[in-house]
Amino acid sequence: MVPESYYTALSAILFTIGVVGVLVRRNPLVIFMSIELMLNAANLALVAFGHRFGAADAQVLAFFVMTVAAAEVAVGLAIIVTIFRLRRRLSVDELSIMRW
Amino acid sequence: MNLVVFFVVAVVAVASALALVLRRNPIHGALFLVVNLGCVAVLYLLLSAEFLALAQVIIYAGAIMVLFVFAIMVLIPGKEETGPDPLRPQRLLALPLGAVLLLEIALILKSSVFQAAQPVAPPPALPAGAGGIETVGRLLLRDYLFPFEVTSVLLLAALVGVLALAKRKAG
Repeated sequence: MVPESYYTALSAILFTIGVVGVLVRRNPLVIFMSIELMLNAANLALVAFGHRFGAADAQVLAFFVMTVAAAEVAVGLAIIVTIFRLRRRLSVDELSIMRW
Repeated sequence: MNLVVFFVVAVVAVASALALVLRRNPIHGALFLVVNLGCVAVLYLLLSAEFLALAQVIIYAGAIMVLFVFAIMVLIPGKEETGPDPLRPQRLLALPLGAVLLLEIALILKSSVFQAAQPVAPPPALPAGAGGIETVGRLLLRDYLFPFEVTSVLLLAALVGVLALAKRKAG
């Protein structure tokens, strides 16, 4: 039997790695993948808590998170492809048109 | 036995997450992310959430990552991060900030606010088959029917949005 606190600790570590990835990397695709990492860490914590409280509702919530992540990835990748078509380069540092 | 499996899988998960962040080539990162998602699926199995483990493998490791690999192949990136980095000091600042974030999460998990939310009684034993497909299916299609239907609207909206974005202008 694995204590739930181990799962929360692992999920905190994975989430932090995702945050560092978003801050450090310059490629928008890798930034997107780091966001997926964070969503997964949150899901893991959710399921661990659901396991502790004996509620299967947490799994339904995690399932909804997965669905929203799928929609988000589809739209995000379409935006990245459109940007690439317009500018032929793909670096978040150069995308400053909307900055005032 | 479970503890051994947990530690092995946890180490692989953290290592693959680090590799995703550290590798220059995004296609390597995508493959490491697949490994990470598989590890999380195994952890779901350990938590007796079979349905979620299946959904994780099919939706994440299957569909979403195929989309990522496609996008990487189409866009041929990998040369963006080879040049000199004009914002290097800011990027180095991210590491201590990440450490601070981890510390904060650990403090919250240890704090009295969080401990007060623990169940007073020992958690009720999950009935046989809980977490299995039957229980989750019942919850999804009965108690959470409305959010479930709203999800389909969300997916439709994402579909239409992607088509609108990806369409080339005529002429």
